[in-house]
Amino acid sequence: MQIISYIVYLIASICFIFGIKKLASPKTARQGNQLAAVGMLLAIIVTLKDNRILSYEWIIAGIIIGSIIGAVFALKVKMTGMPQMVGLLNGFGGGASTLVAISEYERIFYGTKQFEINVMISIVLSVLIGSVTFTGSLIAFGKLQELITGKVIKYPFQHPLNALLIITVLVMGVILVIQPINIELLLIITSVSLVLGVLLVLPIGGADMPVAISLLNSYSGIAASMTGFVLSNNMLIIAGALVGASGIILTIIMCKGMNRSLMNVVLGGWESAGSTGSSAISSPKGQVKSIDAEELAMLLDSVSSVIIVPGYGMAVAQAQHAVRDLMNVLEKKGVRVRFAIHPVAGRMPGHMNVLLAEAQVEYDKLVAMEDINDDFPNTDLVIIIGANDVVNPAARHNQNSPIYGMPILNVDYAKTVIINKRSLNVGYAGIDNELFFYPNALMYFGDAKEAMTKLVNELKSSS
Amino acid sequence: MEDFTLLMQIYVFVLAIFVGFELITKVPPTLHTPLMSGSNAISGITIVGALISAGVGEMSVSKILGFIAIIFAMINVVGGFLVTDRMLKMFKKK
Repeated sequence: MQIISYIVYLIASICFIFGIKKLASPKTARQGNQLAAVGMLLAIIVTLKDNRILSYEWIIAGIIIGSIIGAVFALKVKMTGMPQMVGLLNGFGGGASTLVAISEYERIFYGTKQFEINVMISIVLSVLIGSVTFTGSLIAFGKLQELITGKVIKYPFQHPLNALLIITVLVMGVILVIQPINIELLLIITSVSLVLGVLLVLPIGGADMPVAISLLNSYSGIAASMTGFVLSNNMLIIAGALVGASGIILTIIMCKGMNRSLMNVVLGGWESAGSTGSSAISSPKGQVKSIDAEELAMLLDSVSSVIIVPGYGMAVAQAQHAVRDLMNVLEKKGVRVRFAIHPVAGRMPGHMNVLLAEAQVEYDKLVAMEDINDDFPNTDLVIIIGANDVVNPAARHNQNSPIYGMPILNVDYAKTVIINKRSLNVGYAGIDNELFFYPNALMYFGDAKEAMTKLVNELKSSS
Repeated sequence: MEDFTLLMQIYVFVLAIFVGFELITKVPPTLHTPLMSGSNAISGITIVGALISAGVGEMSVSKILGFIAIIFAMINVVGGFLVTDRMLKMFKKK
């Protein structure tokens, strides 16, 4: 009987691997996700046949409750709310790993089995990583849902305190591995890890969330892998490692997109963050020029190529459908419209792509930064919607700027740049955007959704 | 005869990480959000451990923890796969 479950676990692992492989193309991605789900179903079914399971009441209750909650989440969530949804799901994954590890410890503690050193190491790691993932993800969720301020939160002795807690929890972990019969110590380790998760994510600011979410994603995978070590189950080790690798790669991509080290993000905020200055109009660089919907519609009548640069502001205003209408009306006039996507635009990897996909913008019109950056000089007009730091030319030449060295979209090379923003407020990095003062830049003020709808109406009435 | 179980598990872990790196570097940026939510669902595989914990015969703390773990893991699994499917349905090309 045991051999059958091992074989099914192997098949499930293969389903996960092929499932992720099929995510390499939007054409096969849906199939890939379904394949991974089939793998999961197989793993669950064969586990239910395990001879260690003697009663099914609690199992069935748990499966039903969890499935209903999960399904409601998945079907109710809006596409703009996807970052917090992923954050929350990460947390539940981490929480489950912690609970399974503690439960396994209790079973050995009250049972006849001996504590083995490798199992103990895995239990400690599983509890530590799982707990940090759990509370860290809940904080990330709170920040994205705006239950907690999305700003960089600094508290006294932040770095020494976190360092102290990490060292404490590791030392306690080593003690527990050496002397495993100490259930209180395991609970203290759990508690400290839970606190650590809160303290580590709290200082991370809103625009750094893509990194935090990716990193937590990776943790949830590694925690699952550790649970695999606890249970001596290779399928868990494989599945967890795949997720862990995925999260790490996304974290690296996000960090590169901001030209920052992981340490810098984890420690919280840009060095200059917190410097306010809400208005840049009085800046010595001069006056900004603004344009209204009617003038902009006239300007758009004479262009042949447009690149739209969406940012977090588009998500906040839920403007993706209005932006799609703008694309349609421009394409009807024979204008070539494409979208330039910066890797860290939005609050999670691929955030803009999902929003625009929801608005039925074909995915081949969304072009990654490195593929579109050379096209800006040949582009008549760029429309920036709710993006700021990722189009600030200071990143290229101003060595004193906190965002110096960050890869940006070279929008300023286009003939005309339209910037849609609600006001001249500074971006996340807390610095003025010199692009606004460029001779080829025009500000189109207003809420993204209203402004785009107005523009579309102007374009329709003029044709 | 020494016990090589742990070593074999580390083999599996390291090799799976390499497979993961190979596969995921091929995922285009446009699919990064579904990749996260989908892989997230896969990390709900801890359900396997939770089922065994909750399925023991007698009532114990371990069983209750297993029960809560099943709920958490199922939210992760069902929520993750469903929401990913919902997103991927929207990705279209003309």
